[in-house]
Amino acid sequence: MSLLEIKNLHANVAGREILKGIDLSIDAGEVHAIMGPNGSGKSTLAQVLAGRDLYQVTDGRVLYNEKNLLELSPEDRAREGIFMAFQYPVEIPGVSNLYFLKAALNTIRKHQGLPDLDAMDFLALVKEKMALMEMDQSLLNRAVNTGFSGGEKKRNEIFQMAVLEPKLAILDETDSGLDIDALKIVANGVNSLRSPARAMIVVTHYQRLLNYIVPDFVHVLAEGRIVKSGGKELALELEESGYVGIEEVVESA
Amino acid sequence: MTAAPTSFLERLREDARQRFSELGYPTTHDEDWRFTSVTPIARTKFVPGKPADGPASIEQRGPGYPVCFHNGHWFPFESRLPRGVEIASLAQVLRSDPELVEPHLARYAASQNQAFVALNTANFEDGAFVRIAKGVVLDAPIYLTFVAMPGAAPTVSHPRNLIVAEADSQATIVETYLGSGDQTYFTNPVTELVAGDNAVIDHYKLQMESERAFHVATMQVQVGRATNFRSHLLSFGGALVRNDVNAVLSEGSECTLNGLYLVTGDQHIDNHTSIDHAKPHAASHELYKGILEGHSTAVFNGKILVRKDAQKTDAKQTNKNLVLSEDAVINTKPELQILADDVRCTHGATIGQLDPEGIFYLQSRGIGRADARNLLIYAFARDIVDRIKVASLREQLEKLLLEKLHGGRNR
Repeated sequence: MSLLEIKNLHANVAGREILKGIDLSIDAGEVHAIMGPNGSGKSTLAQVLAGRDLYQVTDGRVLYNEKNLLELSPEDRAREGIFMAFQYPVEIPGVSNLYFLKAALNTIRKHQGLPDLDAMDFLALVKEKMALMEMDQSLLNRAVNTGFSGGEKKRNEIFQMAVLEPKLAILDETDSGLDIDALKIVANGVNSLRSPARAMIVVTHYQRLLNYIVPDFVHVLAEGRIVKSGGKELALELEESGYVGIEEVVESA
Repeated sequence: MTAAPTSFLERLREDARQRFSELGYPTTHDEDWRFTSVTPIARTKFVPGKPADGPASIEQRGPGYPVCFHNGHWFPFESRLPRGVEIASLAQVLRSDPELVEPHLARYAASQNQAFVALNTANFEDGAFVRIAKGVVLDAPIYLTFVAMPGAAPTVSHPRNLIVAEADSQATIVETYLGSGDQTYFTNPVTELVAGDNAVIDHYKLQMESERAFHVATMQVQVGRATNFRSHLLSFGGALVRNDVNAVLSEGSECTLNGLYLVTGDQHIDNHTSIDHAKPHAASHELYKGILEGHSTAVFNGKILVRKDAQKTDAKQTNKNLVLSEDAVINTKPELQILADDVRCTHGATIGQLDPEGIFYLQSRGIGRADARNLLIYAFARDIVDRIKVASLREQLEKLLLEKLHGGRNR
């Protein structure tokens, strides 16, 4: 049984159908890249998996760890080990990064039957992961994402992921807007989290990220469907031909 | 010729009585009362609250100098006061040493055009008289606690406080109003505070009356030259609440007005503030934040008057409101009257809802929806909470916020 099993997934936003039958199966330990042109439904897929209520699932099913994922609240999905790195991380003035992350981690630990991490152990963990992401420790006491640069926000997402240690990580265009140095740091952080127990979905518009996070599988999404799947070489192919060839496939289908 | 000690007070009361009978209760035709109808107060027949007969506890919140009033009556206490600090029953001082009180009492809070001040002046039983001598720096807060213990019939009390902080003094004063039970009662306090030249005064008012209470309060502050006065108004309780905070500023003084109000259910709260920049080079910073749930209504009216010779005035006013339900109503209005030409005055008001993106973001990290919501509400109030320097009060406020938010949701 796969960690994540998506079958014929259809989803709407504001009455418009965005996902038109997605089938995807992901095993623990695998990294899947999802590529596609703007408006193909990549981010919608990520948000539906995380449980954003803007999207209505109209058909299909999603099994995660043999559970019906679509029945779970967003917080229960997180507690069960799903983590989405946001394309646009949300600013939360008045809530410190440290407080937020501690509340999140201890909620998840509680769900797993683990005791709260005490302040010392938590701080040690946080410092280790910050070093990994080459983040300034002053960011801990600042309000979540508030006044962060674009690069700091994206690094903060991967930092959170490193602390929360999910089973399934979904990276929604984590590379967009990053310069090459920041991209390398983010990719390095992600790679350090690769493990046989963990699966990742890397949603990206550009092939560039996949030079640094090398996927096991690449899927091309167009107009709400996966139109092509392959190994990492598919990403390079797309780099050559762009999405032009893909759109032809859709039209002839 | 020396007048009899009581004649000053009797004259004062008689004038106030007369003035109130002329003014009557304000109506919503009065601009200052447009959004607050006091009909429920005017219609209720109140009897004066009686002093507690049994022993009642004084709330002790950490180091400080506590004084307690039950139904407006002085509750005797034992407390060692530092040299140069006097805390006494105003009624007692009016009998024994009226000359201490006469230069100040009713000189600042005007019965002339404020009906509830007139009502208080005509009827007050007691209150605190606080005097901090010149140059005295108080090491811990003074706590003035007013406990309403309503009886079988609706009761009323008119606490009257006079706080005189002489030049160069430094003190923190915490006024708390609380009550319990299902009976209606009415608290109509007036506090006059004179902060002498170069004094540093922090005033906190925590209003946590019962759900059935009416609370109409006036604070009138005279801020001396180069004086730093900070007011923190934290308002949670009551069915119908009106707070007036008025400050008159002298040259080079600094005045901070912070406010936080949280109303749920059918509560109504009206905050009127008035800052009179009477002299040049004074600064005022005002930040009032409101949280509204259920069918509650709130009013904020911030008046800033910059008089003709108050050049180089720097005044900033902000009112922010977080509206958590579709049925809650907020009326917010800045009222700026600027007669000087070399000043900086800014004002802003916002009304917003909780950010659904923020809630989802927190949920996506495992934090439950209700906790996420509370966290964001708390975050909204946070900058007011952070400005509270009395640690025990800050902790109490954090607790109150959470309790009230939980209560609001379970209703």
